[in-house]
Amino acid sequence: MSKKVPRESYEKTISFRLKQWLAGTKDPFLDQVEMKPQKAFCETEEEKNRWQAEKQKAVTKIFDKQKNAELHFFRKIYRLVCVIFCVSLVLVLLTGVSYLPPYGHAGNPVNNEVSQRYIENGLQETGAVNIVTGMILDYRAFDTLGESHVLFIATCTVLILLRFDEEKGKKKKWKDGEIASSNMEELCANDRYYEPKNDLILQTVAKILVPPIVIFGIYVILCGHLGPGGGFSGGAIIGAGLILYLNAFGFAKTERFFTARTYKITSFTALACYALCKSYSFYTGANHIESVIPLGTPGAILSSGLIFVLNICVGVVVAGTMYTFYVMFRKGGY
Amino acid sequence: MAVFEWVRFLVGAVLLLCGLGTFLIEMIGVYRFRYVLNRMHAAAMGDTLGIGFCLLGLIVMSGFHITSLKLLLVIIFLWFSSPVSSHLIARLEVTTDEEPEKHYRTADLKTVEAELEKEGEE
Repeated sequence: MSKKVPRESYEKTISFRLKQWLAGTKDPFLDQVEMKPQKAFCETEEEKNRWQAEKQKAVTKIFDKQKNAELHFFRKIYRLVCVIFCVSLVLVLLTGVSYLPPYGHAGNPVNNEVSQRYIENGLQETGAVNIVTGMILDYRAFDTLGESHVLFIATCTVLILLRFDEEKGKKKKWKDGEIASSNMEELCANDRYYEPKNDLILQTVAKILVPPIVIFGIYVILCGHLGPGGGFSGGAIIGAGLILYLNAFGFAKTERFFTARTYKITSFTALACYALCKSYSFYTGANHIESVIPLGTPGAILSSGLIFVLNICVGVVVAGTMYTFYVMFRKGGY
Repeated sequence: MAVFEWVRFLVGAVLLLCGLGTFLIEMIGVYRFRYVLNRMHAAAMGDTLGIGFCLLGLIVMSGFHITSLKLLLVIIFLWFSSPVSSHLIARLEVTTDEEPEKHYRTADLKTVEAELEKEGEE
């Protein structure tokens, strides 16, 4: 049974305040923390003169070579100490290098049981022909999960720092070639007005180049377990293709299929999918007893079990991150 | 077949040297000129001609197989992308140049033709 609570007592509860705070309708600092408006910076002639006189004094008294013997000495000895420091650093590093084990020697400390196991059993256990992919997405998949999250968090940070807030209530969509006159000065200050728009040469070349770039990126992602490549590099290629498309055709065209909402949804889905897939493997003991997807024949495109799925997840996250970084730095929100 | 191998090596080496020479000219040009558009004129040459010569030399030296096909695709890609990026930089420079009369002069085609005719008459 739930009883009806009057509004005043409901407003005192923690859950109501938390809800308000989350929604941002009530500022927790308002009426509780003393806040003063910042003083505008204005400089009188007198202050300016005093500043300049002090600066001049500093130049003549401190940086004058003839009067300041200490500085004179310091400048003389500075280069000598620099050279000595660099040479000793080079010597230390070279001595360190000379103690390194020879390259490719069988008795090197790198050739321990770990790499032996990767090389001997990697293909059987992970099903990936490319042992590196097998390592980063199977034996060390937890590490790669952290890396994907680092990318996502980096995007969130850039979003917080560079977000270009528009005035509340009126959300204007930028269209290419069309500039509101009130925003002209701001646009000039931001160099957005001057950027080449609707360039015919760029558009023609982008029409030819973007599809191969994106297809190549997809190929690199999908063949990550068969050869060099994988989620990170393929995602970067797809992101570059998207950036080229954006540069050629402007935001009006790209926002038809890729907005902040799309980025959030795809990134979250990819990260959650990754975490789910890998936590299944971890909770079953990370022991390769049995996987959801069979390993398949090594060398086939649909093989190596979870690695294929994880590569796609990483690729989606990286592509979105690349594109979002670019958009944030250029426009500050989309 | 030894003669054929030698000829291939020589052709590849000459192409590579041509490419390196183009890069050298590009370097000198980039450091010699003072204005952006002049510098880009030099820099774009190395990006297209120099890299084309170098990769062509590599193709000839390595023989014709799938890797050289990839190198050919790299050449095509660079020839697409590099001039376009130079063009965009140049366009940005022209639109944002604060003292255009110092660096270059703008003229339409008719005045230039008239000037040229005048010179021809003299």
